[in-house]
Amino acid sequence: MHLAYPAVLSALLFCTGLYGVLARRNAILVLMSVELMLNAVNLNLVAFDVWLSRAAEETLHSGQALTLFTIAIAAAEIGIGLAIVLAVHRNRGTSDIDKLRDTAEGHEPDGPDTDTPATGTAAEKAEATA
Amino acid sequence: MTLAAASHGFLSPTGVEIAFLLVGLVTLGAAVLTVTTRQLVHAALWLVVALGGLAVEYLLLTAEFIAWVQVLIYVGAVVVLILFGLMLTRAPIGRSPDADSGNRWAALTVAVASAAALVWVVVDAFRTTWIELDGPAAGSTAVTGASLFQNWVLPFEALSVLLLAALVGAIVLSRRTKAARADEVSRAGTPQGQQGGVR
Repeated sequence: MHLAYPAVLSALLFCTGLYGVLARRNAILVLMSVELMLNAVNLNLVAFDVWLSRAAEETLHSGQALTLFTIAIAAAEIGIGLAIVLAVHRNRGTSDIDKLRDTAEGHEPDGPDTDTPATGTAAEKAEATA
Repeated sequence: MTLAAASHGFLSPTGVEIAFLLVGLVTLGAAVLTVTTRQLVHAALWLVVALGGLAVEYLLLTAEFIAWVQVLIYVGAVVVLILFGLMLTRAPIGRSPDADSGNRWAALTVAVASAAALVWVVVDAFRTTWIELDGPAAGSTAVTGASLFQNWVLPFEALSVLLLAALVGAIVLSRRTKAARADEVSRAGTPQGQQGGVR
């Protein structure tokens, strides 16, 4: 098989995931796009490992081992990421990443819609630590 | 390199290449739909198609073990987690008009530019490179297991510790503290407690 086929497919998948990360607004959709990017990298690793296992004399099968590691780390990442999104949703009532601007510079809160949950969260945090 | 190019027809694809191309088109289409559809649950279901297509691509590249791990972990576990996340954040069923943010044209520009650059570089670099798919499978369970437990034992064990830490972290993050729970119960009746319901 021509090596360009899997390489081009993985490049296109990666850019699809890149678009999703930049353009999506819901945090879970952003996580799904991150999964697409990780899968593109996995396809690259597998394709080059299969190529090198024929072309090279001695190979550690590092591509497939790294693919397994990437899959495990992606599973850990999606678990932690969803836990964070759920915690944010519980505190703010939204998983919209455009509205999470508390640490952004130069952005005043847009209105009472974003202001009220933020103060509510601060009060909640103070209550939780007390 | 020229010998390799001579022994393979450049524009006469083999059956495996045609199958790879077709499955790749399906995978890419499903991925594009995943990042463009306005229905959140449909995005998760298109993600299943994309990840399953990638598993078929792994099988075509003779990496069997990776393919089955992909089916088990991604299609089995990760997508179920994502669907649960969508349900728990009360994602609306049906079209949600604000799924895309305002900077989607900038995102499209960046994505198309990087896709063009990457495809150009990759095609230019590996124009005369072929993968030999004949002979024993490069990624059978025996081969992968042998290399994993001979050369990659220490990273493997470190990764298991990392998974454990991530699981404990996820549990700690998603556990409700007593104060937060009492607070939520006390204001469950007020409209502010249900504010984020439909969004």
